[in-house]
Amino acid sequence: MTPRRRQRLILVGLLLLGVGGAVALALTALNQNINLFYSPTQVVAGEVPKGATFRLGGMVVDGSVRRNPGDLEVWFDLTDTAEVVTVRYDGILPDLFREGQGIVTTGNLVDGRFVAQQVLAKHDETYMPPEVHEALRQANADAYRDQAGKSSGQ
Amino acid sequence: MSSNNTAPAPTGRRWVWFHRFGSPAWIYGFSTRWAPVCGWIAVVLFAAGLYLGLVVAPPDYQMGDSYRIIYIHVPSAWLSMSSYAAMAVAAGVGLVWHLKVADLVARSIAPLGAMFTFCALFTGSLWGKPTWGTYWVWDARLTSELVLLFLFIGYMALSAAIEDRRTAARASAILALVGVINLPIIHFSVEWWNTLHQGSTVTQLGRPTMDTRMLVPLLVMFLAFNFYFAGAVFNRLRGELLHHERRTRWVQELAHG
Repeated sequence: MTPRRRQRLILVGLLLLGVGGAVALALTALNQNINLFYSPTQVVAGEVPKGATFRLGGMVVDGSVRRNPGDLEVWFDLTDTAEVVTVRYDGILPDLFREGQGIVTTGNLVDGRFVAQQVLAKHDETYMPPEVHEALRQANADAYRDQAGKSSGQ
Repeated sequence: MSSNNTAPAPTGRRWVWFHRFGSPAWIYGFSTRWAPVCGWIAVVLFAAGLYLGLVVAPPDYQMGDSYRIIYIHVPSAWLSMSSYAAMAVAAGVGLVWHLKVADLVARSIAPLGAMFTFCALFTGSLWGKPTWGTYWVWDARLTSELVLLFLFIGYMALSAAIEDRRTAARASAILALVGVINLPIIHFSVEWWNTLHQGSTVTQLGRPTMDTRMLVPLLVMFLAFNFYFAGAVFNRLRGELLHHERRTRWVQELAHG
C-alpha cells in the first residue's frame, strides 16, 4: 500500500471513529431524557405534570374491560402490578388489544381517570400457529395442576 | 480484456487475480454472465418462498393471516441494512484506492437500497395499523430506519448533483461512510430503548421464538431477496460502466460489434 493510500485509509478510520464517538455521546445524553411512557405508579404518586398529554404504559387487568353497548366507548384498568389506573377510550382498539396484553396509550388525566386519545398494542417477538399455542397453554395448566397437587399432598 | 487502462499495475503475482476487479471491461463481462443466473435463481426462490409463506405456513395464534407480511417486510429490512453496508464499503474502497469500479458499484447499489428501505417502512406501516393500531409511531426503530432512507436518497442526490465524476464520488463516499453509524443504531434500537417495535425474532440464538414452518419460508425469501439484489446490482453496474466508459475502446468495439 502506498503512503498516500495508507494516509487516506487512516483518515477514513478517524472519520468513522469521530462520528461514532459524537453520535454515541449524543445518544447517551438523550437516553437519560427519553421517557417513553409513565407507569401507573408514577401517575398515582403525582409525578405526571398536571393537564399535560402524556403516554401511559402497562398491562390490561384481567376482567376489567367494560364496553358501552351501542357505541365504541370502553373502560379498562391498566396496571404495573403495583398501582392501577382506570382508562376511558372512545375509538377502535387494535387487534392485539386484550386482557393481559401490554399496551401504550396517549391521553391526559381528568378527575383521576385517564382519558385516552390513542391506544397502541405492543406485539412480542413470538410467532406460532394456534394449535401450538393451545398445546403450550395445556402443558402450562397441567404443570400448574401437578404442582398444586404436590403441595396440597405434603 | 486487454484494454485495462484504469486499474493500477499489479505489484506482485499474488495480487493479479485481485486487480481484475479493478478492470471495467473484465467486470462488465463478469456482470453480463452472472446477472441472468442470479435473476433466475431469485425467480425460483421467490416462487418457492411465496408458496411456502402464503399457502403452507400456518396462521399466527394472535394475528391470524396478517403476520404473513413479514415475508416481505423482514427480508426488505435486512437487505436495506446489508445493502447500505455494501454501498459504504464500496464507496470507502473507491475513496482510499481511487478505484473507478468501486465508485460505480456504490452508485449501482444506492437506488436498490432505497427501494428495500421504502418497502420495509411501507409494509411495516401496513402491518402496524391492524396490529398496533397506528401506521406510524416515532419510536427509535422506525425513526432510525427512516433516517436510513434519507441517507440513501441523500447519497443519490449528492452524487448526481456534482458534475465531475471524481469529486462526486469523493463527496458521496464521505456521506456514505458517516451514515454507517446508523446501522448499529437501527439494529440495537429495540434493545437500547423502549420501543413499540418488538425485538428480533430470528437472531435470538438458542431460543427460537418462531415456529419452524413459519421460519423456513422467511429464510427462503431472504435468499431470494439476496439473489435478486445481486442480479440487479450486476445489471445496474453494466449500465454505469457503459455510460462512464463510453469513450474507451472496449465500449466502442462492443457498440460496433
